[in-house]
Amino acid sequence: MASTAQRNMRSVNIRSVSYAKYGYFFILPFFLVYCFFQLWPLINTFVLSVYGNGKAFDEFIGLGNFEAILFGTGMGRQSAAIQEQFFRTLGNTFIVWVGNFIPQIAISLALAVWFTDAKLKIPGKGFFKVIMYMPNIITAASVAALFLKLFDETYGPINTFLQDMGLISEPIKFVSGPVASKVMVMFIQCWMWFGNTMIMLMSGIMGLNPSLFEAANIDGASSGQVFRKITLPLLRPIMLYTVITSMIGGLQMYDIPYMYINGTSRNEYTKTVAVFIYEHFRETMPNPNYGFSGAASIILFIITVILGSITFYTQRDKDAIARKKERKAHMKALKAKQSGLGGMEI
Amino acid sequence: MSVEKQPKDNYTFKLRVKSGILFGVCVLLTLICLVPIYILIVNATRSHTEIANSLSLIPGSHLMKNINTIATDPNFASFNALIGFRNSAIISVGATFFSVLFSALTAYGLYVYDFKLRGPAYTFILGVMMIPMQVTSVGFLQFMIKLNLNDSYIPLIIPTIAAPAIVFFMRQYLQSSFPLDIVEAARIDGCSEFRTFITIAIPMMKPAIAVQAIFAFIANWNNFYQPSMLLISRKENQLTMPMMISILKSNDKIADYGAVYYAIALSIVPLIIAYLLLSRFIVEGVALGGVKE
Repeated sequence: MASTAQRNMRSVNIRSVSYAKYGYFFILPFFLVYCFFQLWPLINTFVLSVYGNGKAFDEFIGLGNFEAILFGTGMGRQSAAIQEQFFRTLGNTFIVWVGNFIPQIAISLALAVWFTDAKLKIPGKGFFKVIMYMPNIITAASVAALFLKLFDETYGPINTFLQDMGLISEPIKFVSGPVASKVMVMFIQCWMWFGNTMIMLMSGIMGLNPSLFEAANIDGASSGQVFRKITLPLLRPIMLYTVITSMIGGLQMYDIPYMYINGTSRNEYTKTVAVFIYEHFRETMPNPNYGFSGAASIILFIITVILGSITFYTQRDKDAIARKKERKAHMKALKAKQSGLGGMEI
Repeated sequence: MSVEKQPKDNYTFKLRVKSGILFGVCVLLTLICLVPIYILIVNATRSHTEIANSLSLIPGSHLMKNINTIATDPNFASFNALIGFRNSAIISVGATFFSVLFSALTAYGLYVYDFKLRGPAYTFILGVMMIPMQVTSVGFLQFMIKLNLNDSYIPLIIPTIAAPAIVFFMRQYLQSSFPLDIVEAARIDGCSEFRTFITIAIPMMKPAIAVQAIFAFIANWNNFYQPSMLLISRKENQLTMPMMISILKSNDKIADYGAVYYAIALSIVPLIIAYLLLSRFIVEGVALGGVKE
C-alpha cells in the first residue's frame, strides 16, 4: 500500500517537471514595462480627466471636464469655447479622414485588382509597387515641410506655375484657405497611405482561392463581373479591417495637420482632435490643461474601443462561419459515404 | 480559319489596349509620387530668387551656396544635420533593439510554454494592440514629468520593450515555422531554456526579426509626436531630425527657400536611398503584416 502511494507520488513528481515557470519569466519584462509605461499612463489619464485645469490642477472636479467638452457647461466661461473647439476638431478629423480615405481606397483597390489580375500584362509591376509605397516611409515632418514649401502662398512653385500658365490670376491659399487647406491635408494623407493600403489589399486578394477566378474565366465572366461577384464579396472582411484600422489611425491624425500651417499661426480648418489634445496638455506648458486633454483622450479611447470591438467581432464571426462550413462539408461527406456504402450493400 | 481567329485576336487586342491604359494610369500615379521629391531635390540646388520666379525641372547651380547657408546662417542654428542624425539614430537603434528582442522573447514564451495565464496574457496583448498612443499621452507625460524623465531619451527607448503588435506578428511567425520538437530535443541534450531561446529560436526567427526591425527602425526614425512631447526644454544637442525640420519650418525669419529645400532634402534623401536598397524586403514585409492569419 505504502509502496503504491510512493510510486504514485513519484509519478506525480515526474509529471510535474513543468516548464510553466519559464513561460512567466519570458513574458515578465513585457508586462512589467507595459504596466509601468502604458497601463498606468492610461489609468493616470482617467485620473487626470476628473481633475482641474491649469493652476487648479489638483482640484477634484468630478465629471466637469466631460460636461464642458460634451455640453459646454460646468466649467465656467471657458466651457462653451472648449465644447466648440472639441466638436470642430472632431468634425475636421472626420471630414479629413473621409476625404482622404475614399479616394485612397478607390485607387488602392483598383491597383490591387489590376496588379493581381493574371490576364493583364502590366509591365514594371514591381517598380510601380516600390515607388507607390515610398511616400509611406518618408518622415511625416519632412513631408509636411515639403508640401508647405511647394504650395507656399507667395513663393511656392505650384502657385508660380499656375500663374505663369495663366490659369489663375491670384495665388491660391493652399495653406490658410478654409477649403484648400483641408483638401491639401486630405491629399497629403492619401499620397502617403495609398501605397500601403494597396499592398494590404493585394495580399488579401492573393489569399483568395484562385480556382474561383479560374472557374469564372472559363465561364467567360468579364473583369467587371469577376470584380463585383467574386473579388468584392470575398474581400469584404479584409476591406472592413482596412476601414476600421484606417479609422483608428485617422482619429490619431497628428503630424501633418500639426505642421501643415504657415509659420506658427494655426488655422482652425485643419486642426484635428489629436492636435486639440496636444495643445491643451503640452503647449500650455507651465500650467497645462491636463483635465480637458484627459477627458478628450478618454472620449477618443471610448470611440477607439468601439471601433476595435467591431473588428474583433467581425473577425471572430468569420472564423465561426468557416467552422460551420467545415462541419457542413464533413456531414455531407459522411452522408455520401453512407449512401455509397448502402449502394454497395444492395 | 479567319472566322475562328477573329474573336481570339480581338480578345488579346482588347487585353493589350486595357493593359496599355492601366500602364498609363500607373505611370501617372508614380509621377505623382515622384514629382514632389524631384522638385525638392532640384530646388535644393537653386537660389531663392530662382525658386520664387519660376518652376524648373533642371537643377540650378546654388547647391554649394545653400550648403554654406545652412552651416553659417544663424537662423539655421538649431538645424545641425549631423546632430539630428546622431540623435535620431541613438533613439531608433535603441528602440528597435529593445522592441524586437523583447517581442521575440515574449512571443517565444507565449508559444513554447504551457502555463495557466498563457491564454489570458495573449488575449490581453491582442486587446491592447489597437489602443492609440495619443490616448495615453496625457497621463504618460504627466507621469514622466513627475519622475523627472522628461528631457531624457529613456521614455523614448525603454517603453518599446512592450510592443504588442510586434509580439503578435512574431507569435504568428513561430506558429507557422517553429516546431516544438526542437525545444524538446534541446532539453534532452541538456540545453538550458534561455540558451535554447538565444542559440536556437533567435536564428530561426531571423526573417521575422529582420522585417520587424526594419519597420520599427523606420517608425522610430520618423517619430515626431513623442520626442516633441517629451523633450520639453528643446536643448539643441537633443533634437531629433523631425524636430529640427519642424523648428525650421516654423521659423518666419528664414527668407532663403533654397536652403530650406536643401535641409528638407537632407532629411529625406538618406531615407529614400535606404528604402530603395531594402525595397523588396520592405514591400514583402507590408504584405506579410497585412495577412491576418
